[in-house]
Amino acid sequence: MPATDRSSLSDAIRNSQIWKSIFRHPAPLDRRNRIVVVLTNFFLHLHPVSIKKQGIALSFTWCMGGVTFFLFLVETITGVLLMFYYRPTLEWAFQDILSLRDVASLGILRELHRWGAHAMVITVWLHMYRVFLTGSYKPPREFNWVIGVILLLLTLLLSFTGYLLPWDQLAIWAITVGSNMARATPFLGYEGPGQALFNVGGIDMITSASDARFMLLGERSVGEVTLNRFYILHCIAIPLAVAFLLAIHFWRVRKDGGISGPL
Amino acid sequence: MDPNLLTHWQNISGFLGFYYIALALMNGIAAFVVWRRSHATVGPVLLLLLSLVYVGVLAPLAFSADATWMPRMPSWFTQLTNEILGGSWGAVIYTVGSIVLLGGLFVARKFFVRPDVAWILLNASLLALGLSFSDPNFYAIAAKPDNVPIVGLIFLLGFFTWLATSRAVENDARALEGRPPLEKENDEKILVWPDLVYTELICMILLTALLLFWAIGLDAPLEEPASSVKTPNPSKAPWYFLGLQEMLVYFDPWMAGVVLPSLIVVGLMAIPYLDFNPKGNGYYTIEDRKFSYLMYQFGFLVLWITLIVLGTFLRGPNWNIFAVYEYWDPHKVEALNNIDLSNMFWEQLMGVSLPKAPNEAGFFTQLGFILYREWLGIAVTLLYFIMLPPLMAATVFRGFFVKMGFMRFMVMSNLILFMALLPIKMVLRWTVNLKYIIAIPEYFLNL
Ligand code: HEM
Repeated sequence: MPATDRSSLSDAIRNSQIWKSIFRHPAPLDRRNRIVVVLTNFFLHLHPVSIKKQGIALSFTWCMGGVTFFLFLVETITGVLLMFYYRPTLEWAFQDILSLRDVASLGILRELHRWGAHAMVITVWLHMYRVFLTGSYKPPREFNWVIGVILLLLTLLLSFTGYLLPWDQLAIWAITVGSNMARATPFLGYEGPGQALFNVGGIDMITSASDARFMLLGERSVGEVTLNRFYILHCIAIPLAVAFLLAIHFWRVRKDGGISGPL
Repeated sequence: MDPNLLTHWQNISGFLGFYYIALALMNGIAAFVVWRRSHATVGPVLLLLLSLVYVGVLAPLAFSADATWMPRMPSWFTQLTNEILGGSWGAVIYTVGSIVLLGGLFVARKFFVRPDVAWILLNASLLALGLSFSDPNFYAIAAKPDNVPIVGLIFLLGFFTWLATSRAVENDARALEGRPPLEKENDEKILVWPDLVYTELICMILLTALLLFWAIGLDAPLEEPASSVKTPNPSKAPWYFLGLQEMLVYFDPWMAGVVLPSLIVVGLMAIPYLDFNPKGNGYYTIEDRKFSYLMYQFGFLVLWITLIVLGTFLRGPNWNIFAVYEYWDPHKVEALNNIDLSNMFWEQLMGVSLPKAPNEAGFFTQLGFILYREWLGIAVTLLYFIMLPPLMAATVFRGFFVKMGFMRFMVMSNLILFMALLPIKMVLRWTVNLKYIIAIPEYFLNL
């Protein structure tokens, strides 16, 4: 096909009413338009218009914050798809995971979600590692580092709550080992130091049915109530908190003067 | 020839063959890149030769799964590793070994960041990994689906630590010559469209491809349905919490599971407010901020990562240590004869039995006896937390104290002392079999 034809075809597409209604701006080829496109596009307006060259140097940022964010989006999308197939009850949880492997089309949904989650834990560590090694937590970015630490914690908790959902041996024992720790919380766990202090008229207030672990699990050992709690934490509560903090995190990156650099 | 071994080789020969081909490709590409960049000949030729060895020798041998020719770790090596790591000194040798290794890499960092040296190390570790896969015990652990990310993590951390260190070494050298850091040269402003937007797009496409490959190639694990009566042995927390689970060997759950993790979070959040050094903001450097650098690396690489690796790859049934080539035998016994500091003081030193309140004694008498019994441990602990910070402020950390002020210095020194508790307890356990410094099981207060 002669070149002129091709360009006229793409011109025709780009000049159609549909295209123009979606993309409010023609392809930006000069400096002015490249600035305008970032300012006027909903998805691009997260970015500044111009940026120091080192801010996008892969050898400086490793792109790890961006990769973590991307993985969070992957987890959100695959997670919603998984929710269509999964019921968090003792009767169905394991069965539904089995059918995801054996029956559902697109049989790699669960794999995408699980490996994406592992990868996200790794990339969030690497992101923190790079932020530390470049000293980017120093003023004026102290508070964004603090938000980052909460995000790190939430990422681990997301992964931890999700670990229970397949309801196989791996799942409940890992969560049992993990949540047993709460039993020993000082003052608030029934096997924790200082537990005996909460004692009213000779009756212990902190027992295995009222301590920190019980609050986490909703019962004395990992069971259906726990499954429900972890499901809601995993699918709703923690993702919302992460999304909220991410908005602040990104906003702060820009308000603190963009990616850090030598003075 | 052990038939099980042969079956294992047949099962993995396809995977291993492609693994060596991938290594060949990696070195071939490196040869091309080096040649394009420098037009040198020695390096590229050596890389090509290496590549040829992978594709011409190791890959076909791996594909053959032949009883005599299968590439594998020499048996003297696997046996020696099992002897050293699987013995009763395994945890000690592993931990001390990791510290010595990381310390050596740090001290000789100028040597190890050289691209040729780093490349040789990368090849050596990838080759060792490939050869080890031929061992069924190693394969059973390293290729367990949930452990694969950790193998990845080790290599990623190696790569990024190398990258960061080589830039830091270069920046530090530039600083000596009075030149600004590398990052300063990238100061010019560029437009987000197209440069950043396209980088992001390419990253996203590559990552999607990678995730798809990973998901197709490796099935997510699913074991038997949950049963609250069948306890697996070992029962492991998810891999990213294995460092905490490893602390359970040395501490009771209230420390290992609650106090220390909370302090990790608090301590991380405190870093920007404790690090008063204005230098080293926005560029890679070691010399400009040696203290904070070493503190962080000790906490992250030594206490967090190596403990995760230990918990994942070396901890087997009954939480015993098993070397990487060792069979996970649930009947392996390890003598446990740890004793408390109070036992050491009263029984071994004084030659009397532990002080014990009469049975009918009231609450305060009981408490008094407990405090009396544990007085040494309590005194040591109080001295550690109360006496050391002022001592530190007056001696080695004098400069810090002056710059930080009282509050900030106290917070920092106490965080450091808490972090140091773990290595201290490890050493005491290994050397004198110490179980608890303070042992008050009556109130679940064991330290
Ligand atoms: C869900 C987890 C997180 C996501 C998605 C995320 C995302 C990002 C992104 C996209 C950036 C821009 C620069 C870059 O890519 O490196 C950034 C910067 C930053 N992040 Fe995060 N982050 C996360 C967690 C953390 C954690 C755990 C920390 C530290 C404890 C942290 C501290 C920072 C700081 C201080 C900056 C500014 C860096 C600079 O200016 O050089 N973030 N983050």
